[in-house]
Amino acid sequence: MSKFKVVHYINQFFAGIGGEEKADIKPELREGVVGPGMALQGALGEDVEIVATIICGDSYFNENLEEAQKEVLAMVEKHNPDLFIAGPAFNAGRYGTACGTIAKAVQNNLGIKSVTAMYIENPGVDMYRKDLFIVETGNSAAAMRKAVPAIAKLALKLINNETIGGPSEEGYIERGVRVNYFADKIGAERAVDMLVKKLKGEEFKTEYPMPVFDNVEPGKAIVDLSKAKIALVTSGGIVPKGNPDKIESSSASKYGKYDIDGVMDLTEATYETAHGGYDPVYANEDSDRVLPVDVLRDLEKEGAIGELHRYFYTTTGNGTSVKNSRAFADEFAQELLADGVDAVILTST
Amino acid sequence: MVKGIEATGIPVVHVCTVTPISLTVGANRIVPAIAIPHPFGNPALDAGEEKKLRRSIVEKALKALTVEVTEQTVFK
Repeated sequence: MSKFKVVHYINQFFAGIGGEEKADIKPELREGVVGPGMALQGALGEDVEIVATIICGDSYFNENLEEAQKEVLAMVEKHNPDLFIAGPAFNAGRYGTACGTIAKAVQNNLGIKSVTAMYIENPGVDMYRKDLFIVETGNSAAAMRKAVPAIAKLALKLINNETIGGPSEEGYIERGVRVNYFADKIGAERAVDMLVKKLKGEEFKTEYPMPVFDNVEPGKAIVDLSKAKIALVTSGGIVPKGNPDKIESSSASKYGKYDIDGVMDLTEATYETAHGGYDPVYANEDSDRVLPVDVLRDLEKEGAIGELHRYFYTTTGNGTSVKNSRAFADEFAQELLADGVDAVILTST
Repeated sequence: MVKGIEATGIPVVHVCTVTPISLTVGANRIVPAIAIPHPFGNPALDAGEEKKLRRSIVEKALKALTVEVTEQTVFK
């Protein structure tokens, strides 16, 4: 019997090509396994072969969505595999969105089953959970050892056309899909069991989790910009040279608040980025490329805006948990309010 | 952070390159930027041209703040 064929998609980092300075590389097709594909091949066993690996830079993919998809799809099509695996992306945002985008495209455009894997807070999860099997992983590559067998298990089931069980049983993230099945007890009994457990304060598992809607109401538009006080906030990690508060380059546990009174321009000598999730060369050369202080000063002088707020707030957005980010904002938003800030420009890399 | 700030009622415009992420996160006013490592710039241009480009994005962001929105909006 000939082996089942798998094509694997990974980014430049996991391919060992380089970090952020190589995030703009175009898709490249290599025969056989590369990087994490080796462990994956081991876990998939002898009946399955990873015939090719596609490598693409995370920035290239996200900045050239249409083009990158077309290129990668052509590479997958060439090998016509039985299954396509992307990642695991853990908590890397751009990698996660790339994995989700391409896995969905392979599934929909080529009709080839796909699976990817990432951490629950990866933005790729919310974008693609309804379309794909996304195996849940830990938040960093340290979780690779656990992720590989989980992906392989689901991959083998998909390849062999086996029935895929529920999310908690198979280790993938809920897709919001309902599957009919025969339960041992009727609904009324199950509901009463649940209620009794709840009343006793015991743990129970709902059969109908409510979706969480936490979008916020848009703020009212600014009527007169020439009177408005505008504040700058960034997740791009711009800090005074030397990073005085030692904001972490990823998974930040804090944010910085810096006085830019009298600062007309962010220069190479005075500011830099602490962010470890993108190529820092351009931001270090001129931090205005991430936090446009120079332009806002010009607009302030010309009277186009009332004033630029005296402080900017900054953190590094890569791998930083939603919980931390929300806590930072809850804290400094109160200061912005107290300082009479009318509007915020928040910049992200 | 966008939501944490906007929850106070202060309008926020999110300027970023990967707008699908911004939509997922829940920003209401979104302005697309140039590229991930230099959202407000382009190192390939000379300094004067680059600043003009930066200004155009900042102006777009400011304009977005003057527009009333009822749902997530990408200002292209």
